[in-house]
Amino acid sequence: MKARDEPLIFERSRPGKVGYSLPPLDVPEELEIPAELRRGAIDGEAEVSEVDVARHFTRLSRMNLGIEDGLYPLGSCTMKHNPRINEEMARLPGFAGSHPYAPEGLTQGNLELMWRLERILAELTGLARVTLTPCAGAQGELAGILMIRKALEKHGDPRKYVLIPDSAHGTNPATATFAGYQVKELKSNVNGRLDLHVLEEAMTNDVAALMMTVPNTLGIFERRIREIADVVHARGGYLYGDGANFNAFVGLANPGRMGIDVMHMNLHKTFSTPHGGGGPGAGPVAVAENLVPHMPVPTIERREDGTYFLDTDRTESIGRLRSFSSQFGVLVRALSYILSYGEEIGEVAKDAVLNANYIRARLADLYHLKYDAPTMHEVVFSDKRQAEHGIHNGDIAKRLMDYGFPPPTVSFPLIVAGALMIEPTETEGKPELDAFVEAMRSIAKEAREKPEIFAGAPYSTPVRRVDEARAAKNPILRWKP
Amino acid sequence: MLAAIGAGTVEDLFEDVPAAVRTEHKPRIGKPLSEIEIRRHLGALAARNVHARHAAHFLGAGCYHHYVPAIADQTLYREEWLSSYTPYQPEISQGTLQSIFEWQTHLALLTGMEVANASLYEGATALVEALLMASRLAKGRHRAVLSKNIHPEYRDTVRTYFRNLSFEVVEVEDEKLGLAADAQTFAVAIQSPDFFGEVHDWKLAKSAAASCGAMAVGVVAEAISLALLVPPGEAGLDIACGEARSLGVPMSYGAPALGFLACRDAHKRQMPGRLAGQTVDSEGKRAFCLTLSTREQHIRREKATSNICTNQGLMALCSNVYLSIMGKAGLRETAVQCAAKATYLKKRIAAIPGFEIATAGPTFNEFAVRGPRTASETIAAMAERDILAGVPLSTWFPERGREFLVAVTEMNPRDEIDRYAAELATLS
Repeated sequence: MKARDEPLIFERSRPGKVGYSLPPLDVPEELEIPAELRRGAIDGEAEVSEVDVARHFTRLSRMNLGIEDGLYPLGSCTMKHNPRINEEMARLPGFAGSHPYAPEGLTQGNLELMWRLERILAELTGLARVTLTPCAGAQGELAGILMIRKALEKHGDPRKYVLIPDSAHGTNPATATFAGYQVKELKSNVNGRLDLHVLEEAMTNDVAALMMTVPNTLGIFERRIREIADVVHARGGYLYGDGANFNAFVGLANPGRMGIDVMHMNLHKTFSTPHGGGGPGAGPVAVAENLVPHMPVPTIERREDGTYFLDTDRTESIGRLRSFSSQFGVLVRALSYILSYGEEIGEVAKDAVLNANYIRARLADLYHLKYDAPTMHEVVFSDKRQAEHGIHNGDIAKRLMDYGFPPPTVSFPLIVAGALMIEPTETEGKPELDAFVEAMRSIAKEAREKPEIFAGAPYSTPVRRVDEARAAKNPILRWKP
Repeated sequence: MLAAIGAGTVEDLFEDVPAAVRTEHKPRIGKPLSEIEIRRHLGALAARNVHARHAAHFLGAGCYHHYVPAIADQTLYREEWLSSYTPYQPEISQGTLQSIFEWQTHLALLTGMEVANASLYEGATALVEALLMASRLAKGRHRAVLSKNIHPEYRDTVRTYFRNLSFEVVEVEDEKLGLAADAQTFAVAIQSPDFFGEVHDWKLAKSAAASCGAMAVGVVAEAISLALLVPPGEAGLDIACGEARSLGVPMSYGAPALGFLACRDAHKRQMPGRLAGQTVDSEGKRAFCLTLSTREQHIRREKATSNICTNQGLMALCSNVYLSIMGKAGLRETAVQCAAKATYLKKRIAAIPGFEIATAGPTFNEFAVRGPRTASETIAAMAERDILAGVPLSTWFPERGREFLVAVTEMNPRDEIDRYAAELATLS
């Protein structure tokens, strides 16, 4: 990374400069728009050349850290390598140039791709069908809870509450609210797990669902998942699986056998589609047979003659969640990734779990581990020992940048004060893991021996510590001409 | 590594996963494929589609075929953009943050609004978020009034979201917006150009909303129009939202797309989704970070303004590159070309016996055509002539079986438009 000031593109602007070229207009310049509905010039909009634009975005990119710069330990986000073939496949003109409302007969390739991806995800989850519609994980959650609501309504009562463990992602409670439910939080026990008796007490007849992340955000697998499912089902509720951590067991175990009724997957996590600095995501949702009628429209169907079509005529559906059919370009990338592993995809989970356990073993003497249950794909330390020297997780995060690594997740999970949530993924080999471990060990030493160094960190990034409070106090959200 | 862990085998690390939930066999999804095989496999699927490069393309209805300069897509290949995470840690994300800040500026300039967010999923959900935002701004009211000329899939999506939120959606003809809006109404929304291509005066929404103190919402599904038409902000609307994919993002069978939401400065704290803001670092140097995040789910949980977590980062970046390179002159020229070429084709079609224009008012780059037979028949016959002639309205409006939407952009050269008209004439 290089420290350098790069002006805003608008500040690079010079009157009359152009970077684009269009063919000359080859029809009469006749417009129907009445004069009073036409705008004037877009004042302030950029006037720059192509080389201005090229340099601008190259310089800006150097102020980012990506996975190809090195290990990206951000817990819960599954920052794995994005294979380059996937990018090329999504850009095949037949895919990238196709229109969502082109006649069905001219988009059979797209439809077959979606149909195949659905079958694969159904096989991996052990559930009946998968909707590919949701735009991202959070919308997948909403789709899932709305399907549950619809199924309960059919029996006369949508119920009132959704149970969510205190270790859950923030999207879970927000989703439940948007689906019209009230949230009841379940306390995790001292082992970071859900207590069956706590669940039994909370699981009343007015509870629609338990939303549970598997493994949970502490990287711990609920050993008694089947009993948990039994308790929920016995009271007529549904078990919602948040599949954000699917990378821990994909290809080895399946949600259907766990008793999960509905589970969303984040294709940008487990299935390697790029995070892209914050999207696009895609959040397919797998459902058990009894929820199939309630899947959002459209669904992808196959006729007896082998042709495919989008079905929007489904009377018991929760309805439509977006325009068009799916995050298609993201689906292409995910399928490309899955095909590269095929039936060996379980190796991904094994390597991811091995890597997380290795980091745990190499750092457990220096960093506090609040919960010592077996670690799956991620390990959550805390800053308890470093805090004795006045150094907190946020300081460790900033200091790690000086070692060239993005920080672990520090804002989360809420039940670990000063959390340092580390997820190495299967992408890394031992040398990369060792380099990260050495950086973390060195930081632990610094915390003991020269804690004063942390206040100024990071020292080597393009900008020094950013004043976020000031941004919120006096929001400047755009450049002005 | 196992020795360091103190485990005998990798299997030992899975001790918490009960045998009963394990799969009994490897997943039945085929053998691993090499790059060559993946290319062959997916290449064969892609080849089964007829797409914009080997047919004359006149499809729109919310997804338009526009030019994407080479530099826009190529920028996405840099790994610092492709594989970086959401910029929660600003010191290692200044590239992403500055790009978002710039995109917010572009969208504010285009919509005539004071602020825009970092992007939303796509157009339909952007309308949902705009309406939910309006419900927070006009607190205590429970009704949204929507024009029937808003994209039908946007309206369907609103109904799905609102069903469980004790809000009511009323959909009316444009001329009845004022009648439908009352003291219980928190938003009045119209689309321009509307789903059928007609350009409206945004004041239609403004006056209906102003009469009862509701928020006026402008929906834009063809963002290139913003470079030529009076934008919602300039017309005094409170919120602008919709689909910005036309600004540099490929069609890709509809998505990933690029939702946007822009509003008045006074309303920014009720905006959903991510926002990048300008600040300084510890040395006083300009820097950017995500801000006002106390609105969001990762802080507010069940009290958040939305459950939304991602934006469309890569698409917003691609669009920032597009908007920068097209710039003030290129955006205008693109919009003028779209409008002029559409006018040209519209006149040619209107002159064909048996065909008539079914969109009454002025149009930008899209209009509905009524033909002598079902639209599906017309479209199929044109497809045989390598022309993707339009989108049948019967998909959403069964009673409009003979009508189809035709969109024209800067990508359609005159000879292609002439061929369209000539071939359509053979079907009269």
